Amino acid sequence: MAALDELRSTLAAEAAEIIGRYPKPRSALMPLLHLVQSEVGYVSEDGIALCAELLGLAEAEVSAVTSFYTMYKRDPVGEYHVGVCTNSLCAVMGGDAIFADLLDHLDVGNDETTPDGKVSLEHLECNAACDYAPVVMVNWEFFDNMTPQSARDLVDGLRSGADVVPTRGAPRLCTWKQASRILAGFPDGQATGGHTAGGPSLAGLRKAKEQGWTPDPAASGNGGPR
Amino acid sequence: MTTILTPALTAYWDDPELCTLAGYQRDGGYRALPKALAMAPDEVISTVKESVLRGRGGAGFPTGVKWGFIPKGDAKPHYLVVNADESEPGACKDIPTMLNNPHVLIEGTVIAAYAIQANTAFIYVRGEVLHVIRRLQYAVAQAREAGFAGSNILGSGFDLDIIVHTGAGAYICGEETALLDSLEGKRGQPRLKPPFPAGSGVYASPTNVNNVESIASVPWIIENGASDFAELGTEKSKGFGIFSLSGHVTTPGQYEAPLGTTLRELLALAGGIRAGHRLKFWTPGGSSTPLFTEKQLDVPLDYESVAAAGSMLGTRSVQLFDETTCVVRVVLRWAEFYQHESCGKCTPCREGSYWVVQLLQALEDGKGSEADLDKLLDICSNITGRAFCALGDSIEPSVKSSIEFFRDEYLEHQRNGGCPFDPAASTLFTMESAR
Repeated sequence: MAALDELRSTLAAEAAEIIGRYPKPRSALMPLLHLVQSEVGYVSEDGIALCAELLGLAEAEVSAVTSFYTMYKRDPVGEYHVGVCTNSLCAVMGGDAIFADLLDHLDVGNDETTPDGKVSLEHLECNAACDYAPVVMVNWEFFDNMTPQSARDLVDGLRSGADVVPTRGAPRLCTWKQASRILAGFPDGQATGGHTAGGPSLAGLRKAKEQGWTPDPAASGNGGPR
Repeated sequence: MTTILTPALTAYWDDPELCTLAGYQRDGGYRALPKALAMAPDEVISTVKESVLRGRGGAGFPTGVKWGFIPKGDAKPHYLVVNADESEPGACKDIPTMLNNPHVLIEGTVIAAYAIQANTAFIYVRGEVLHVIRRLQYAVAQAREAGFAGSNILGSGFDLDIIVHTGAGAYICGEETALLDSLEGKRGQPRLKPPFPAGSGVYASPTNVNNVESIASVPWIIENGASDFAELGTEKSKGFGIFSLSGHVTTPGQYEAPLGTTLRELLALAGGIRAGHRLKFWTPGGSSTPLFTEKQLDVPLDYESVAAAGSMLGTRSVQLFDETTCVVRVVLRWAEFYQHESCGKCTPCREGSYWVVQLLQALEDGKGSEADLDKLLDICSNITGRAFCALGDSIEPSVKSSIEFFRDEYLEHQRNGGCPFDPAASTLFTMESAR
């Protein structure tokens, strides 16, 4: 009970702010669960009790929502949560090999954490970056066009505290808890940093510029669009 | 040479400051908003109707018509919901759109909300894209500060509160009614329709749910005129759209082109299939659309032509696989995806996806039989049309089309006692030698 009291007092102000964003309080449940993860690292029993109390819900209702969504964890994860896309396209392009290699290299199972608490590993479904396959995510930041070697180097860097920078993301990689705060709606001031338009994002634009193609019928080469 | 690509939404993605208000405005942003606010809301709706913009989230329903379904002069609050839950395997256009140009989505959101007279808009973005979320939050804050959102927008008397709502990992929340339940703080399970969201959506109030690319196209239409948009594309599939090429292609990426462009044309610009290989199969619109092979390279990629050729345009998510790829492995992995993402509400999808995975796994392992192919098709046909929502209907297309085109490859697994393909041959990298 003491732990619940402590959690309540720590999160009270931010929880109230989240609830205040929405026309109806229950809509705040998902960001509140992200907020709990930002403090506890996962959705604890106390976290469920607190959300239920704040929104006037049964704990069973909050548990039901928590278990539905894969980003809510019921056990602690690593400071850096590493996800390897193994949906069909990434799998074929090398995601299966990367995931198998990391399981072996880190000596953990799927959804398990290294003993030092630094890195947890899971395989992911499609993360909407197929043109950068195979893709690895760390705390939901993109690491594009990975190989087994670059993935091994990545997790080694995370464990040793090296300066690890996403391919398309913030200049400074957040911890799992810091990332959860952003998901709860509390920005960290890194929005405008980082390179985000990699080669694939610009592939069509570059071709169009070479040819002088635009959507404007008057300005497009001879004949205009079909 | 005829224009093939028409960068509109992607036109300034090479500007690293496009994600800021100053950068967006320098590139022509927020010019459509005052134009729209000077029009009557109904005029905005009719302009979008005239453009014949069709929903870019896959279904292709005319956006302006959808907006017109929102009741007028009723007492209930109206809501706009932007579906930014892009998760369909192969779909990767909305994420770079929001990452590189978040303000175009904000500008489109304000215009759309004005058109349907909504004072609250939600952007429901999937949770697994941290930097996109940062940029959306920042863009909303900047727009509010500059008077492009918030109260009395540009002195028009129109108020709009924009809430960036972060999901938590559930593909089903891309289904619009599941998204609404999720937005209400519940498990993301689809609702029975009717009532449709336009009559009874979030909080049982009139709600429009629109895809990111649909909303992001609106400022261009207002700025350049409905007729310029409708001049592009084909007779019934107007305008431009982003085609996302991924997989075994020399230059994967985003190619914005008029609807009706063919894969042969796009592939020529993308350098073709990776060197030394040939196209085996591809999805025109993501994992839920029936496979095509090289025989369909000249099918115009518009709603009607793709449907006539036996597939669906979907989200223009073109995943390309060459001859090193095992089609059974690919289809099995998609089936596993649908099994994992099935919300469990209806029996055909929940149980059917489970059995489809079991049979495909046995076939991939060389332990299946020819009779299993018939059983697989039978189970699939009992899911399609009997599931509660489109997720269930998404299981059959890749299974059925792969058996149709590659039946012998399935059987080869049995003869071979396992998968005859070397997975290393299909990877992007040369497999590393022993450590």
